[in-house]
Amino acid sequence: MKTAVSTFLLAMAVGVPAWGAAEDESRWHDLRESLFGDRQVHEDSGVVSLEAPYRAHDAAVVPITFEAAFPQTDERYVKTITLIVDENPLPMAGEFHFTEASGRAAISTRIRVNAYTHIRAVAETNDGALHMAKRYVKASGGCSAPAGKDPEAALASIGKMKLRRSGPVLWGEPNSAQLLVSHPNHTGMQMDQVTHHYVLAHFVDSIEVRYGDRPVLTVESNFSLSENPAVRFHYVPKEPGELSVRVTDSDGEVFARAWSVPTSVAKAPGAGEASPVNPVQ
Amino acid sequence: MSQGIARAVTGSTDLRPALRSRALTAWLWLAAAGAALGPSPTGAAEAIQLTPVAQGIYVYTGPHADASGGNLGAVGNLAIVIGGESVALIDSGGSLAFGRQLRAALEEITDLPVSHVINTHVHPDHLLGNAAFASPTVEFVGHRRLGAALAARAAFYLEAGARNIGPEFAGTTVVGPTLEVADSIHINLGGRVLKVTAHATAHTDNDLTVFDRRTRTLFAGDLVFVERLPIVDGSLKGWLAVMDDLRAVPAVRVVPGHGPASARWPGALQAQERYLRAVLRDVRAEIAAGGTIENAIGWVASEERTKWARFAEDHPRNVTASFTELEWE
Repeated sequence: MKTAVSTFLLAMAVGVPAWGAAEDESRWHDLRESLFGDRQVHEDSGVVSLEAPYRAHDAAVVPITFEAAFPQTDERYVKTITLIVDENPLPMAGEFHFTEASGRAAISTRIRVNAYTHIRAVAETNDGALHMAKRYVKASGGCSAPAGKDPEAALASIGKMKLRRSGPVLWGEPNSAQLLVSHPNHTGMQMDQVTHHYVLAHFVDSIEVRYGDRPVLTVESNFSLSENPAVRFHYVPKEPGELSVRVTDSDGEVFARAWSVPTSVAKAPGAGEASPVNPVQ
Repeated sequence: MSQGIARAVTGSTDLRPALRSRALTAWLWLAAAGAALGPSPTGAAEAIQLTPVAQGIYVYTGPHADASGGNLGAVGNLAIVIGGESVALIDSGGSLAFGRQLRAALEEITDLPVSHVINTHVHPDHLLGNAAFASPTVEFVGHRRLGAALAARAAFYLEAGARNIGPEFAGTTVVGPTLEVADSIHINLGGRVLKVTAHATAHTDNDLTVFDRRTRTLFAGDLVFVERLPIVDGSLKGWLAVMDDLRAVPAVRVVPGHGPASARWPGALQAQERYLRAVLRDVRAEIAAGGTIENAIGWVASEERTKWARFAEDHPRNVTASFTELEWE
C-alpha cells in the first residue's frame, strides 16, 4: 500500500487534471492492460450491472451500487468484482471478493471521484471470464477535496462500527446488511499551506466479513472509499451464528467487531457501541 | 454584487452626527479589477459598496453566487467595526484583489489603523482577502481549530479560486490565525469592546461569532444564513444546538454571513431553523425506513425549495452530509 501512496503522490506532483477529462477510453486502455493483461473483458454481457449518478452532488460521497445478475451458486458465481475509477489519481478503487456464502455478489458503497470519469465494475466469474459494466460520472475534486468536516470528532471515534440489518433473518437465503466503519479515510492529498507537507494518508485498506468461519466478503481498498466507509453486502446464514468483521488500516491498526445472528447483541465490548437492528432496503 | 447594490441602507438611525456625513458618503464605488474584463455571469462587481448598519459598523454584502472573476470570490458578507483607536475587520472576502479594494474602501471611511482581522470560519469567501491586511501590527483572530482546518483545506481552496476566479485571483495567499480563540476573548478597539466567541462544531468545526455591546450587534458569520440556503459543512445537530446558545445573545440585530447587511435578532434565525429542522426530521425518517442518500435527496425538505436562493445547487450536499451524520445515531 505504501507503493500505492507514493504512486498517488507522484500523480499529484505531475498534475493530474482535476476536471475536464474527456469521455474517452484512452486511460482505460492502459488500465485494462496493467490490471488484466490480454484477457478479454466482455461488455454488455448482462453478468454485472453498475448504478451511479450521472452528476454527483458531492464528489467526496458518490453513492454507487454494483451487482451480479445471478445468485451465488456452486455451479456459477462471481469470485471478484474490481472497481475502477479511470480518472482518479489511484484508479484501482477496490477489489471485492465473494464466496458462495455471500449469496449475492452485490455491493453498495460510497466513493470519492476526482474528475469527470468512467467508473467500471469488472466481475470475474468462477470460469475465469471477465465481465464489465461502466457508467460515466460528472464529479470533480473528491480526492483533493477537504478532509472531514470535524477531524477531531473523526479521530475520537475511529474504528467504531455499526451494522444495519433488514427485518427478520431469512435462513439459507441472502440477507442484506450495511456495515459502517468510522474512519477518516484520509487521501493524503491535502498540502498544509504553512509547512508545505502533505497530510499523511490514513485509510482503511481491508475489510473482512465472515459468517461463522466462512468468509462472506473480503474488500481490499484505499482512500477511494469515502470517509466513514459504508458497504452494503449480502450473507447467507444457514444456522444461528456470528457475523464478524475485521478491518485493518494503513497505520496497521486492527478493528474487530462481531454481531450475533439473529440477535444484535455486540460480542466485542469496547470495540464499538451496540447498535439497534435497523431495516435496510 | 447586483443584489447588494439594489439593497437600501438599513439600520442607520443611530449613527452619530459626526459620523453621519462620512457614512452617507461611504457608498464607495471603486473600480474592480474584474470590471475591465467585461461583465461576468453573476453580474460584474464594479464597486465595493459598504452599508452602514449601526454606529461605526459597515457591512459589505456578498451576492448569492459562486465565486467568479466578477465578484472576486467575495460571495459572503463582511463587516468593519470602528472603535476609538483602531478598527476590526470581520472576514475579508475571497481573494487578495478583493482584500485590497476593501482596504481602499475602508481607508475612505476612517484614518484609524486596522488592529484585528477576525475570521469567522475557514471558508474561502470569508478569509482569502486576509493577505491585503497582513502586517506585524495586525492580529488575525480565529477559532482554535481554524489552523488545522486551513492546513487540510487551503490548498484545495487556492486551486478552486484560481480556477473559478481566474487571473484576478493571482497573488492570493493564506494568512492563518495569530490569535486563537478556544472559548471567548474580548478585543478592545478603544472605548469599544468586541466579544469573540468560539463555538462547537456547527456550520463548520471552527465557527466564531462577534458581539458588539455598544450597538448590540451580533456578527454571526455563517452560523446565520438569511435568503441563501444554509450549508452544512460541520454538523447538523451541532448547528441546531449552537443556535440555541446564540438565541440567548442580547442583540437587537445580526449581520448574517450571507443575506442582507443586517437583520432583526433573533427573528433572523427563524427560516434557517425551520429548514435545518426539516432536514433533520426527513433524513431521520429516510434512515429509519432503510433508505438511501439518493432517495433522500429526492424528497427531504422539498417544501423549502422555493424559499431559498441556491437550493438546487446546495441542498443535495446538505442532505448527503446530514445523512452520513445521522446514520450513526
